[in-house]
Order: sequence, then C-alpha cells, then structure tokens
Amino acid sequence: MPFISNTDKERKEMLTAIGVEKFEDLLTNIPGKFLLQKDCCLNDAYSELEITRKISKLAAKNISSTQANAFLGGGIYDHFIPAAVDHVILKPEFHSAYTPYQAEVSQGTLQYIYEYQTMICDLTGMEISNAGMYDGASAAAEAILMATRKTKKFKAILAGTINPLYLEVIKTYTAGVEIELVVIPAKDGLVDLDILKKAVDDETGCVLLQTPNFFGNIENAFAVEEITHAAKKALYIVAVDPISLAVMNAPSEYKADIVVGEGQALGNAQNFGGPLFGFLATNLKLSRSIPGRIVGATLDVDGKRSYALTLQAREQHIRRAKATSNICSNQALCNLAATVYMTLMGKEGLKEAAVQSTTKAHYLAEKITELDKFEMAFTAPFFKEFAIKIPIPAKDIIMKLQTKNIFPGIDLKAFGHEKMLLIAVTEKKRKCDLDELVKSLQEVTNG
Amino acid sequence: MASTIFEKHSPGRKGYTLPANDVDIKLKNCIPNEFGRKEDTRLPEVSELDVMRHFLELSQMNHCIEKGFYPLGSCTMKYNPKINETLVRNDAFNNLHPFQGEETTQGALEIMHELQNDLAEISGFSKVTLQPVAGAHGEFTGLLIMKAYHKFNGNSKKNKIILPDSAHGTNPASVILAGFEVVEIKSNDKGLVDIDDLRSHVDENTAGFMLTNPNTLGLFETQVEEIANIIHSVDGLMYMDGANFNAIMGIVKPGEIGFDIMHYNLHKTFATPHGGGGPGSGPIGVRKDLAKFLPIPMVGKKDDKYFLDYSHADTSLGKIHSFFGNFAVNLRAFIYIKMLGAKGLRRVSENAVINANYIQKKLEKYYDIPFKDQYCMHEFVASGVWQKGKYDINTLDIAKRILDKGYHAPTIYFPLIVPEAMMIEPTETESMETLDDFISAMIEIAKECEKNPELLKDAPLNTPVRRVDDTLAVRQLNVKFEL
Repeated sequence: MPFISNTDKERKEMLTAIGVEKFEDLLTNIPGKFLLQKDCCLNDAYSELEITRKISKLAAKNISSTQANAFLGGGIYDHFIPAAVDHVILKPEFHSAYTPYQAEVSQGTLQYIYEYQTMICDLTGMEISNAGMYDGASAAAEAILMATRKTKKFKAILAGTINPLYLEVIKTYTAGVEIELVVIPAKDGLVDLDILKKAVDDETGCVLLQTPNFFGNIENAFAVEEITHAAKKALYIVAVDPISLAVMNAPSEYKADIVVGEGQALGNAQNFGGPLFGFLATNLKLSRSIPGRIVGATLDVDGKRSYALTLQAREQHIRRAKATSNICSNQALCNLAATVYMTLMGKEGLKEAAVQSTTKAHYLAEKITELDKFEMAFTAPFFKEFAIKIPIPAKDIIMKLQTKNIFPGIDLKAFGHEKMLLIAVTEKKRKCDLDELVKSLQEVTNG
Repeated sequence: MASTIFEKHSPGRKGYTLPANDVDIKLKNCIPNEFGRKEDTRLPEVSELDVMRHFLELSQMNHCIEKGFYPLGSCTMKYNPKINETLVRNDAFNNLHPFQGEETTQGALEIMHELQNDLAEISGFSKVTLQPVAGAHGEFTGLLIMKAYHKFNGNSKKNKIILPDSAHGTNPASVILAGFEVVEIKSNDKGLVDIDDLRSHVDENTAGFMLTNPNTLGLFETQVEEIANIIHSVDGLMYMDGANFNAIMGIVKPGEIGFDIMHYNLHKTFATPHGGGGPGSGPIGVRKDLAKFLPIPMVGKKDDKYFLDYSHADTSLGKIHSFFGNFAVNLRAFIYIKMLGAKGLRRVSENAVINANYIQKKLEKYYDIPFKDQYCMHEFVASGVWQKGKYDINTLDIAKRILDKGYHAPTIYFPLIVPEAMMIEPTETESMETLDDFISAMIEIAKECEKNPELLKDAPLNTPVRRVDDTLAVRQLNVKFEL
C-alpha cells in the first residue's frame, strides 16, 4: 500500500506485542453491527503513473487563464509571481510543518509570520496584524464581529459597493448572532455618502468600506472616515487590495481602525479560488479583540532573540467558548508565499506591479471607450479594474470571445447590472494583449 | 538567531525582473493625488539570493515530517505524498480563475464532483460540500446547517448545543459563532460520554450534539447509538467532529451509526500538508434531508457536463467562502483517495490503530495511561502525573525534553479532563523502527526524570532556541519589526 510503512510481517509482530491475534481484536469498543462488511465503493487504487495520466487528462479539460487572454478579477488577480516563491514554500520544513505551538522547533515559521506581520503593517500603516484568515471575505466578516463585540453596538453598516461575495459571506457569518446589517446603496459606482451619513448613528458599531471597491473604483475613504468617526464609538473597517497600497493611501492615512483584504494577489496563484488568504490589521488598542494567531518577538532562557505565539488568551484552544474567533487552521503557507513575494518584489517591485496594472488598465479603458457603443459605467477614478457598459448582454460577448480564448471580464448581471462587464488588468498584460481585446470586442459587437 | 529580512535590506537591490511598461500613461493621470500614498512602503530591497538564503536559514529552525516523527494527537501528522505536489503544479489548475465560464473549467469541476462523491461514500453521507477551508470552518458550517434545519421546521426553541468536556476548543468557539449556547457534559470514568449526564441536559431546547468519534482520548464512543437516540428523540442533530477520522476509514461509516453531519479534515486524514498551520480543508457531509441547507454552490452533473449548482439557493445557508473552498488542497486529497482506493484507506486506519496501540502497550509501565484497559483507536492519552508527583516534573518539561530527542512533542494538556495529558498519535505512515526509537526515547526520559530531573527542567538543550519566554511575549508586546 502506498505511503504505509509497515509490512504484513511487522504488523503481525506489533499485534503480538500488543497481545492480540488480529487487527479486529482491537475494535472491542465498536458495536459489531456497525462494522462494515464490505469495502467502500471507490475506484481501484491508482499507481503513481496511472494517477498522473488521470490528472493530466482532467487538466486538459480546463483552459487556464494564462492559456487564454484573460481579464478576470473580482477579488482574484493574475499578478506576476517570481519563480523563487514556490521554491521556498515547497521546502518540507515549511510545507509539512505543524502549527508553531512548540516554539523551540518552529522558529522558522514564527519568524516568517513576524516578518509577514511587519510587512502587512507597513503596507496598511497599522500597528498590529494577525497571522492570516481564510480569505478576504471571512476577514471582513471577522472584522465586523470584532468591531461589534468591542463597541457592544450591533449595527454594522456596509458600503453597497463592496465585493458582493464578501457581502454573502458576511451575511452567513452574522446570521447566528444579533447583528443588524445595513447596506448603503451605490451612486455612480461609489457608496452614496448622503445615505451613509443618515444611516450612521450612535448605535453603529462599524462601517465597512472597500477601496478600490468591487467595480475597481476608488472610494473617498477620507469622507467615509469623517462620517464614521462622527458617531460615538463606531469603528472604521476598510477592505483594500494589497497591491494597490504600493501607490494608494495607506489606510492609516484615512484613520482606518481595522484593515482587511484578500491577500491572494501577493504571490499566490488563482487556483480556481482557493487557497486564498485574508489579512487583518488594526491598532494596538484593539489587540486583545483580534481573531486568529499573532506572533511576537521575545527571548529564550539564554536571552537569545526568539519568537512565540502571543496573546493566546484570545484563542479557542485556551478560551474555548469565550474566544475571539473559532479559527484554528488558517492559510499559513499562503502567508509565507506572500511574505516571500513581498520580499522579492520589495518596495520598487510592488510599486511597479501596481503602476503597470493601473496604467495598463487605464490604457485599455481608454481604447475600449473609443469603440462605438462602449462607455465607462462610472465616472469615478479607478485602480486596475473597471466596469464598462456594453451594447449587448455580457454573456454573449463572453461566450463568443471564449471560443477565441479571450476571457473579457466578469458579467455583472448576476450582481444586478445588465450589459455591464467588469474588466481587470495586471502588469502581466502586454499592450498587444490589451489591443487584442479591444479588437475582438469591436468585431464581436459589429458581427 | 537569524536576523530579520529587514536587516538584510540594501537600498537599490532587486529580487525581481519585470518587462518595461509598454503603455504610455502616467500614474498621476490615473490616481488622483489625494488618494496617492504619501510615503513609500518600506518593503525590503534584497537580491534573490539574499531571499533564498534567508528562508533557507529560517526553514532549518523548523521541525517537519520529513525531518522526524510528530506524535501529535488529534492532528494526524502523516507523510504528505510528493506526487500531489507535482500534479497540483499544473497551469491548468494554478491559473484557473473562479469566474471563468464552466465550459473552460470542466476538469476542475469533475474533480470536485468526484471528490464530493468519494467523501460521501467513505463516510456514509448523502452529500458533501467542499467549501469550508478548515476544520473549525466546517464546524461552523455544520452548526449553521443545524440552525437552518430547525428554522426550516419552525422550531425556534432550539438554542443549545451539547458537547462533552473532552471536546476540541474549536467546538465551543464555533457554537458561539453560530449563535447557540454551549452545554458541556461530563465524561465518565471510562473516558466516554456520561449518558446520565447527557440525559439530564437534553431537553426541547437541544439543537444538537457535537462529538468527536473516536473521541479525543482515542476511544471509540461505544454508546454512540444510544447517544444518537437520545438526541434524535428531541429532534436534535448529531454532529461528528471528524478530526479523528483516520481511525475508522473502511471500518465504520459515521453516516450509518447515528451521525447527521460531519466535517472531514483533509489536511489530517487525507494527507494534504499542514503548511505550518494551513491551508487545510474541512468539507462537510450530511444526511439526505439536510443537503438542501448546504452552502451554495455545489458541483452538479448533467448529461456529462459539470456545473456550479445553485438550485438549492432558497434553502441554503449561503456562502461560507468567497468561492469553492481550497480547491488546490482538495485536489491533493482527491489524488490521495484515488491512490489508496477502498482497501488502502481501510489499511490506513488499521495501521494507524495498530501503531497507536503498540506505543500505548510499550509505554504503560513508564507513564500513567488512564484508559489503558481499553484498546485505543489511532491515538491514546498518557499522563505525566507519576513524574509530576514523584519528581515535580511537568508534562511541559517532558514535552520539551522530547524535542531534544529529535521528535515533535505530543499534544499536551489536552484533553482537559486528563491532568498532565500527553496525547500521542503516530499515524500509519510511521514504521515500526521509528516507533521503537520513539518508545526508547520516552523510556529514557522517564528514567531521566528519576535520575536527572534538572535535565528536564532545562530542556530543550539541542533546539535552535532554548525554552521561549511566552509571558514576556505578552508583557512586552512586539509584533512587528521597527522599520
């Protein structure tokens, strides 16, 4: 049997040592009627060669977004990943290591998390970051739980321009607890500030804004901050694209209290939407309300610098029902990929990725809107993603271009916008890729 | 100790290359000045070689499965097959975007569909969702299914979840997150659910019961049928925490012994790597009438085409993850199941159980093993009470000394009902020699407690750092490097 060490002979020897004749003798606690009499109905075991063939065959039924000319975003982006990232995360010492509860044999994991936390704090301008959440959506949901618990005010106000998938997950996460969600509608692709202003009151525990928002538009995070903090206790939660932070305001500039986001764009492949990872950073005054793991620097008994999990009295394995979250397994290896990515790219590389993504997106938007009957859906400034109004249903364009291996964007119909396409651009696109999309859009709508 | 990457920073150094920007547009024409970042980030500027040396240095301070044994109870630290890593690193998976059209993702959907079915078959449930990405995420999903079920039946009184005092910490934390109250019941002197205590706590408000089976003592809950009858008699639902599923594959099916909902830990039972804490995967299996509450979407199949199935959106609990869960983790589990087959999976559990009983038997003279009169399943709990009583050596000291011998420590001080607990789980991937060496090391430590207790108080001595001061880590909170 693959991956099982002991032979039949060794098994026999061990059973003898235990003092039984056969394996079944060990099952005294299981009522006999429950014991399975026949094998589970599964395929026969595949050898390595056979599974390799099977997986290749299955893979061939996919068309990846790199085989195509793809402009898909909506939270998951095809940014460049240096080859060295994968070489680091494949090291068994990271890959097959356990959660770093035994600090003395986990310094590698603990130190990279400390470095990760430092980088997230640097990008966001915040004072403390946790070691990661499941994805951007669950990070946003946990931030709302954290804020309402802290303020003891159970009204959470959400900009209607956040990623609708975040909204779905937030609804699920808050379904069991008494939190009132108020969603503020959009006006020209941005949260309606007038309505927001009326909704925020002294019962408000938090306001959640995303910038750039789901449509790629840059919200006025300063104005939303003023409205939020005009309320007595309300905490300001902002969801951001980490790549954008190389060129856009650090959330500390607009006085965010909690910053969350989807971290996939930092060195993690798209992988059909998982694994992803969420980040969550805040200020020290909220440190004891943070969900998830946190690493701190400390000393060992010899006075040597070392690292350990800290503020563990918040966590489920200590606090059980009183924990700040139920999270245990997180997405650690994805955080490592992000750490290695940010290290390789450095200050200049991350900026270059951001600059190329946004300038190329603006070039594309300009060219598309030169086409007859194509126009920008909104007038707001945008980062690397934008929505356009199109003359025919988005589904038709997508289906037609898919046959030419072009994935032109996300159909916004499912999110309430007819004849609208959401187009994302990263630094990986060349001018010729952008021009190809423009040309194809023209052809498909003329034909 | 390794310096941080920030101390290796040298302005102007680069660890990446990118093509020149071939569009002629300026950033300032894209992002209005007021939304532009005021100060550059301070990410390190280092060369690729700097980066590789740095992370290699860090990696060498970690224990990992390929370095040595992890007798870590309830965590199932088994070997992670290399073929999985080769096969998942395929452009057709890695660069698949979740918003792509279904026509272009048929391979991925087929894998998910088949994995849903295989997991259902292995556990005896009707339907499986792959959306939860961790065990605790699965627990939360399972509890929301309970909530949805009772709401669907118009039963608004159901607000209590019962669980035994031996439960994992995630269980009560998930219960609270889902908006229920926790009712904790006692274990009996055999380490099993105390049926009388259970009965006395069950009433019309009981929404469900969460049980790890085999439980966290490594014991199969022999009265599971009676427990299920009690819970079902008040229309409660039985949830199985599948952390210990490695003990029973091909031996019993949870769906056939009274459980209604269960989560799997693919990063335990199905050999996907732990990654230093994640990513894991925590799919949920349910009985037939609960399938309508599962998260959306499921993966369906019609006329040989696979599709994202939202047909139960009206009754579904909604979405628990942005997309479809940890696809790349699920793919590894898929490969593992295919390579083991039905007989292989049973063999996995058989050998996991044999390995655990072998260690338990060999250590019974040296450590107190409170439930040694029962055969354990895939793990057992030893206790350091003898060492504590005679030599004032704590389980923590023993654990740290185990590190010195080249092993990871067992899970310690858990379950809470055993004082000075050491929970030991060998897994089937470990060989008899490894177990013998570990047993020798444990016996040696027992002798050291007697002859040289100071050695244990000072342990660990051979690790990259010595005993780490985690009180200081809290008292002088330092969670980022000052750039």
